Amino acid sequence: MSILVDKNTRLLVQGITGREGEFHTRQMIEYGTNVVAGVTPGRGGQEVAGVPVFDTVAEAVEKTGANASVIFVPARFAPDAILESAASGIPLVVCITEGIPALDMINVVTYLDEKGTYLVGPNCPGLITPGECKVGIIPGNIVMPGPVGIVSRSGTLTYEVIWALTARGIGQSTCVGIGGDPVNGLRFIEVLELFEKDPQTEQIVLIGEIGGTAEERAAEYIKANISKPVVAFVAGQTAPPGKRMGHAGAIISGGEGRAEDKIAAFEAAGVPVAEHPEQIADIIAEMRS
Amino acid sequence: MNIHEYQAKRLFARYDIPIPGGDVATTPQEARQIAEKLGVPVVVKAQVLVGGRGKAGGIKLARNPDEAAARAEEILGMDIKGLTVEKVLVDEAADIQDELYLGVVLDRGNKRVILMGSSEGGVDIEEVAATSPEKIVRVTVEPLLGLREFQARQLAYGMGLDKGLVRQFVGIAQGLYRAFMENDASLAEINPLVVTGDGRLLAVDGKMNIDDSGLFRHPEIEAMRDTAEEDESERLAREAGLSYVDLDGEIGCMVNGAGLAMATMDIVKLYGGAPANFLDIGGGAKADKVAAALRIILSDPRVKAVLFNIFGGITRGDEVARGILEALSEIQTDVPMVVRLVGTRAEEGRQLLADAKMITAESLSDAAQKAVAAARGQLA
Repeated sequence: MSILVDKNTRLLVQGITGREGEFHTRQMIEYGTNVVAGVTPGRGGQEVAGVPVFDTVAEAVEKTGANASVIFVPARFAPDAILESAASGIPLVVCITEGIPALDMINVVTYLDEKGTYLVGPNCPGLITPGECKVGIIPGNIVMPGPVGIVSRSGTLTYEVIWALTARGIGQSTCVGIGGDPVNGLRFIEVLELFEKDPQTEQIVLIGEIGGTAEERAAEYIKANISKPVVAFVAGQTAPPGKRMGHAGAIISGGEGRAEDKIAAFEAAGVPVAEHPEQIADIIAEMRS
Repeated sequence: MNIHEYQAKRLFARYDIPIPGGDVATTPQEARQIAEKLGVPVVVKAQVLVGGRGKAGGIKLARNPDEAAARAEEILGMDIKGLTVEKVLVDEAADIQDELYLGVVLDRGNKRVILMGSSEGGVDIEEVAATSPEKIVRVTVEPLLGLREFQARQLAYGMGLDKGLVRQFVGIAQGLYRAFMENDASLAEINPLVVTGDGRLLAVDGKMNIDDSGLFRHPEIEAMRDTAEEDESERLAREAGLSYVDLDGEIGCMVNGAGLAMATMDIVKLYGGAPANFLDIGGGAKADKVAAALRIILSDPRVKAVLFNIFGGITRGDEVARGILEALSEIQTDVPMVVRLVGTRAEEGRQLLADAKMITAESLSDAAQKAVAAARGQLA
């Protein structure tokens, strides 16, 4: 078991004919992901990396039975791409694209909530179930199958943590990058709920950062609902207020979003907080011994 | 991106929000002329992109044109939190009977736009939220419906507004909401929204932050960018497509990925150092971008060591190494450098850097400790 994606995932790539889309399609196929279709309007009938390309998501779904999509289209076209997948009945949409206006995302998530569509991202590395399915850009060579579920607002920081776990011989059930934007799809809480129900997952790693209050909400949720051990990390303790730290959502504003508040919330919920990324693996190893 | 008070208020005025008469001056003479034209007592206000201008002495009253020139003389060139005042706004002084707060913000937790109002205007709304949260009224906007009049009235009554002012208030709230939505704002704020002696509402101060991701469809707002207010390094970084924030420490950091860049800064601090910057070269950066990043880091005279932490995924270790070598071929520097390359083509990268006299590290902890030691001159 795992969460969200596995060997039954039939993936559709939106923007498959673009440079990024094609490159990562090849990487995903190489990892063993079942990529069944690509979509680029106007390029229907072509093939990319052996994958048939369609003009619309609806047609791709009808012809191939795709049940998940991943989006590599530029920011100004990405909201439409997300909506097209949701409107075509795809239950899981993963948006890698960075730079979508927050107000566009409000409309998008409102529609997706109504449809019951899961969205991972935007501005995220995607997700991977080691040994089964990779959707997005997380390097396949650093993961290994195992018991630890990871949920993170970051990309390379997640790789760092995965790498530290793998180096210690501790594998992962599923690694989910939920993205660094202020308005996104799945939040920590929804992913924690999935890990709680997943029999393969024994421990959970939560990687947060400054900005917003998603970590505080997650801490409360863990205290009330999660029986599995959780280790947290919060990036940005040295970040000054009022400055955006790369991610659109990583900003301390209006006295909200500080690392110390998030760390205090986790500690109050009985969740150990690692001092640096590599220490997460130490704490997990200790929990498992 | 943040815009100045005068820019925000001019924008608000386009949405039928009443603002005081006034104009911007860059010299005391101009301030005098504006005051003469207005013919009433004025307020001279520093236009800098930081809060707390009033407390810093950047906002002053002037009863006549001579005083306006004198106050402008004092304020222009003043340093407020590290920024030099280049412009002042000369506004009609309002007859203030009461001060309210009205703001439109993104409620990230609920993925909605909300309006907040308070009878406690003229002070930081965060302060009100901390000391008397019951004095803040909120309404949530449903995307499908937009801000409805009843919601604006709900705010007005909740703020205890005089009944005679409710109609005006509803118009202002709807104008501010439209200004927020149509300009991809992340914050639009009137603080204070003043009740004048003759029973009018007036937006005496205005603040607006724009979502950087939305700027592509607002060239007129992009044109408002005040590059004079931008830190030189931050401007260069923005033009090179790098995400950079200048900090006070001595260890320059170059990292791929924003979360990892923050974690790298934090671990530097954990081991007793202080980061000189946040710098994310982004995903898949090529050598020229890396070289630009290193030039920016080394232009900071406080930097005593540089820490490269690259976890290759779509970013390739050999590209990063080439960028480092490219920059070092042009810059003479004695600043020690600690390199940690992991992931895609890390080995090739390490080989390229083998002759460059760099300190190498395996783990992030090791890299951070070596960078801190190097900055103290304890590592050659």
